[in-house]
Amino acid sequence: MRKIISLLLLSLVLLTMVACGAKEPQVLRLATTTSTADSGLLDAILPSFEEKYNARVDVVAVGTGQAIALGEAGDADVILVHARAREDAFVEEGHGTGRSDVMYNDFILVGPPDDPAGVAGMTSAAEALAAIAAAGAPFASRGDDSGTHTKELSLWEKAGVTPDPAGGWYNSLGQGMGETLTFANEAGAYTLTDRGTYLSMRDNLPNLVVVVGGESIADNADPALLNPYGVIPVNPDKSDAINNKLANQFAEWLTSAEVQEMIGQFGTDKFGQPLFYPDAK
Amino acid sequence: METILDALQEALGLLTGFDPALMEVVGMTLRVTGGALLLATLIGLPLGAALGLRDRVPAGGCVMPIIYTGMGLPPVVVGLFVYLMLSNQGPLGRLGWLFKPPAMIVAQVIIALPLIVGLTLTSLRSIDPTVKLQVRSLGATRAQTAWTLIREARLGVLAAIIAAFGGIISEVGAVMLVGGNIEGQTRVLTTAIVLETRRGNFALALALGILLMGLAFGANYLFHRLSDE
Amino acid sequence: MPPIYTLHDLQQSYNGRRVLAIDRLDIGRGEVLALVGPSGSGKSTLLRLLNFLEQPSGGALTFDGEPVTPRLALAQRRRVTTVFQRPALLHRSVAANIGYGQTLRGIKPDNDELAAWLDRLGLSHLARQSAPKLSAGEAQRVALARALILRPDVLLLDEPSANLDPYNIGLIERLVAEAHSETGMTVVWVTHDIFQARRVAGRVAFLLEGRLVEVADAAKFFTAPATPQAAAFLRGELVYS
Repeated sequence: MRKIISLLLLSLVLLTMVACGAKEPQVLRLATTTSTADSGLLDAILPSFEEKYNARVDVVAVGTGQAIALGEAGDADVILVHARAREDAFVEEGHGTGRSDVMYNDFILVGPPDDPAGVAGMTSAAEALAAIAAAGAPFASRGDDSGTHTKELSLWEKAGVTPDPAGGWYNSLGQGMGETLTFANEAGAYTLTDRGTYLSMRDNLPNLVVVVGGESIADNADPALLNPYGVIPVNPDKSDAINNKLANQFAEWLTSAEVQEMIGQFGTDKFGQPLFYPDAK
Repeated sequence: METILDALQEALGLLTGFDPALMEVVGMTLRVTGGALLLATLIGLPLGAALGLRDRVPAGGCVMPIIYTGMGLPPVVVGLFVYLMLSNQGPLGRLGWLFKPPAMIVAQVIIALPLIVGLTLTSLRSIDPTVKLQVRSLGATRAQTAWTLIREARLGVLAAIIAAFGGIISEVGAVMLVGGNIEGQTRVLTTAIVLETRRGNFALALALGILLMGLAFGANYLFHRLSDE
Repeated sequence: MPPIYTLHDLQQSYNGRRVLAIDRLDIGRGEVLALVGPSGSGKSTLLRLLNFLEQPSGGALTFDGEPVTPRLALAQRRRVTTVFQRPALLHRSVAANIGYGQTLRGIKPDNDELAAWLDRLGLSHLARQSAPKLSAGEAQRVALARALILRPDVLLLDEPSANLDPYNIGLIERLVAEAHSETGMTVVWVTHDIFQARRVAGRVAFLLEGRLVEVADAAKFFTAPATPQAAAFLRGELVYS
């Protein structure tokens, strides 16, 4: 009996080796933020990379905090995130080999149509936040160390307000953008969101309108709301499992003229405006 | 490996330091799960007893499969249902419970109730039928018979409560949906673990995980001691 | 004295299948009646009817001159109790099991009485022990004491010693005999063991396939049965009506 089992196991192993030996594509582990995956951008552009380099891209879409942590642990080959200060620190501390600009999108402030804090049309997000805090109007924060949350915190700092979760009006959710928008829609709260996620969910958010940031990125008057994405190959010294060559090829490919064009087109057919603006130097 | 050791060390530090944020999450967890368990027991025990003490379950062909299905309800589906009921657009939106502890308690009661009803019922049914006859033969009234049989089934009833407790304290899908994981308001251990993992704060996440398991173990130990007597 | 039970055309059916049909039977006050017959002959069913544990599907049953209905007073019902083949002890201490019937009646169990019973049963050292841990013989002795301590007017026994060793069988027969002579209670004893019936009973009722075939004084039944079925049963043959 035992012999039969070991024979079976052996043949299974051999079979697997034969089956997988057939020109196995190399694998790129990409840690990125939920915004790039959820918007559908990656689905639109990655197939062309996979074909060109005979590679398979395993996308781990998590919060920026976790994406960076995955890079630090050597559990990803390359990261694509949007939190400029932390990206620079990531490279400085030797976790990544270098950062390249890829694209940007923008943040907007959305809130209830009756606008209890009277912030609609303001040109500075920080001023708007100060007004919301002064009015004690409900505000929903991602609270998850994501790029959006990091941006929100920097805006509060600029506004000179330290929001206190125990104060009653400031709700720190610790959830994704979609959940936070849904919460704001239910609770009549303001929130900071990336434009792409808001546009893709707008039909389900009847109780939210854009109050700061304008109808498209071209109308956004506050440069502090612009949101650059960077790509960073992870330092190959961290682990033998890191495919640095493919990671570098990915960064190069992502910033090539051809792909930058694809990024600039993405979303125009569905929303009448692009969700990301190419930004590679 | 290093991460795990670091995380363990930091976790111990947080635990022994009685970090106030941590204690608040623990307090909310105990309030929500304790409240839900109490309510589910108050409703489920008499219901399960009423069904289990009858010679035949009324419409048993239909009721039993419903209860057994309920025992395996996916929490996230319960969460979705409660969410839709309590949403502004939902029939119970007026209550204003969404994203507040009552919504979480409602969801957990719905998850726990079939477990308590089903297991109470089963443990009463599995009592030797001779015992029921014997108790009546010794002169018990209806109420005395019911009470004696429930006491006889107490291990099963206790197991029902333990199973319900374990089910709801470790559940994350429903409380995340209807509670919103709001810091200082509806954040409980499970949702905090999801959040801290996403943030990359593995040490804190692990500390929370250890606490969650500790609470579950403590409760089970208590129940076990009770059932020994 | 009028009989304690009278049965007239008493019938019991389950799901349309008749399991018992007794034209006429009186059970006398203070007698020890053995109910014998092959398994499936309706002995246990009759006992449940006599203990008011189920309602007959037809006919009339009176207890102490009063018709038995679902509304029979609790005080009347509490004059009768049964010891079953399985002791059916509760998950409590031996002492709590013996006192259970008294607890139901709102009587605080008397410690001296309890101690006396434990002594008679040879179980004094086990009073605090959890009942489910007892051996079969000990458990059945506790079950018997739990019934006898109530001093019932009628004691129904449903094969109480069927699975026991000779020592425990003897002990149980002796305890019942003592209780009977002390209180003058009526005893109806179901047994498949004709030797036991011969030892304990003054009168024998022989049931076959739900019908009462023969009722006679024990001395007569065992020496000169009036019906061929009873004779065959006593010879240990399979009998059919």
